[in-house]
Amino acid sequence: MSQPNVGNGAVAGRTGAPGFARGRTAASAARRDSWLRRLPLLPALVYVFLITQIPFVLTVYYSLFSWNLLRPGSFRFAGLQNYAAVVTEPSIRIAIANTVVLTLCAVAISVVIGVCVALLLNREIFGKGVLRTLMIAPFLVMPTAAALIWKDTLLNPIFGLVDYILSPIGLSHMDWVNRFPMATIVTIEVWRWTPFMMLIVLAGLQSQNLETLEAARVDGANALSTLRYITLPFIRPFIELGALLGSLFIVQTFDSIYMTTQGGPGQATTNIPFLLYLVAFQGYDIGRASAIGVVAVILTMIVASFALRTLFTIFHVEARR
Amino acid sequence: MSVAAARPRRGFPGGSRLLWSLLGWVVAILFFFPVLWMALEALKTEEQAASIPPTIFFVPTLEAFQEVLSRDFPPFFINSAIATIGSTLLVILVGLPAAYALAIRPIKRTRDALFFFISTRFLPFAASLVPLYLLARDLHLLDNILALIIIYTTINLPLGVWLLRSFLLEIPNDLFEAARVDGAGFFSELVRVVLPLVTPGIAATSLICLIFSWNEFFYAVNLTSTIAATSPIFLVGFISGRGLFYAKLSAAATLCSLPVLMAGWIAQKQLIRGLTMGAVK
Repeated sequence: MSQPNVGNGAVAGRTGAPGFARGRTAASAARRDSWLRRLPLLPALVYVFLITQIPFVLTVYYSLFSWNLLRPGSFRFAGLQNYAAVVTEPSIRIAIANTVVLTLCAVAISVVIGVCVALLLNREIFGKGVLRTLMIAPFLVMPTAAALIWKDTLLNPIFGLVDYILSPIGLSHMDWVNRFPMATIVTIEVWRWTPFMMLIVLAGLQSQNLETLEAARVDGANALSTLRYITLPFIRPFIELGALLGSLFIVQTFDSIYMTTQGGPGQATTNIPFLLYLVAFQGYDIGRASAIGVVAVILTMIVASFALRTLFTIFHVEARR
Repeated sequence: MSVAAARPRRGFPGGSRLLWSLLGWVVAILFFFPVLWMALEALKTEEQAASIPPTIFFVPTLEAFQEVLSRDFPPFFINSAIATIGSTLLVILVGLPAAYALAIRPIKRTRDALFFFISTRFLPFAASLVPLYLLARDLHLLDNILALIIIYTTINLPLGVWLLRSFLLEIPNDLFEAARVDGAGFFSELVRVVLPLVTPGIAATSLICLIFSWNEFFYAVNLTSTIAATSPIFLVGFISGRGLFYAKLSAAATLCSLPVLMAGWIAQKQLIRGLTMGAVK
């Protein structure tokens, strides 16, 4: 029987190994053991710390300066000027709005569809394994490849399959990508992330206690009541986990935007990552891009703290079983 | 809820199963269809790929694939392979001891360390782009595959540590007791006891690393140009296509997606576990 909290609180039993205590004081043995325990962790910790924190510190640093890479020698202190621009400039507010719209829509729709499909796949149906295999393909396919397939072979106004299918009802030659850019991006992301939501919820459904369900059935509950009062509350943490994790990934959508609309038309599909890319690599405005980056991190941290809390809740649920 | 006589089931068990199965298959095929279409288009000639109405029945041909493969695709593929394999190896090498430290012989602040690791996963990639670009430029690592290896390792290490730890936690204590009774030292314990049992964990971690590294586009497109460009960047060349190119596009897309598709399909269980960071088994 495995113990989830191996070692926590059982320190006494482990450190008393005969080899160490011989000829040394207990205190120095404990100290040495404590260091030996930390040692394997250090490379990973140091590595991640360096490569994630240093850039972040630098981002904050650069955000306080005005610096354009195309103009050598333009590096000068600018205080909170970049942040003032973040608040006032319309392009940044548009990007934030686009990010919120894209994320909320994509997450909400993919969660709903994902839950439904998970409930469906949890039933006794033919070929469940094959169905699940088919369903996870959208998530595995390279996002850049998928975006191109959607744009050119499916949604193309002239040659696209969607055009062909919809032409009988008079919607032919509709330039979906340019007339409904945000909807296109949301569709592609929903298509890509629904399998993710489905997998998480399905795993949750499959970890339900069968006895509880059986007891409910014996008590006379029909399928709908069981769903509403037992199943849904049970999978709620899984839905939350999927929604939060999915949000953290969808907020960073870049590939599909780059490959289909390039942020356009105009700024219709420019979200924060894409704006950052534009400002940094087409405007070469390092200071402005850094300020945008800092704002993005702060906003993400707020969502991430909820995600972390949910993750640890599920973790503890698992440990108690 | 009052105890009542069990109600008779509505409908025939066989019939409703068939109905739900049908619904399930329709949904699954709808989701899978773009992928299927991608593969089908790749097997057509350019005329067939761009035909109106779309060609459904055709004799498959590999000419699109041949064209793509002769059109400088291999270097992109090789770069992707180097970046992916390199970073995955590093993640395992550095992450396994860390996971060991956090699972088997935990330190006092295990939770803090885990918390920190996972929080870095949630950092928006975009924010670190500028300093990483400048650092790479100053270190002459622009358009160098090493830069991608370093970054991919950073991206995947937290997840790897978390995942490996969740696998290590499942090893029964008795095995460690037995090893200790035998007088096993630290390394001996690691190799004899832990390694064989954590192999599925290593497989799962490698799979997740493979998926996220292979498909990664944001850093690849901004930190490389010609020498170190990876597979997704090959597809950028298809954005503004002129003339007939759908079959080639589909062939390139299929070639790029194949490794991850295969890996993900073969190891679905590890995939789920990895995606939810070990929280869901």
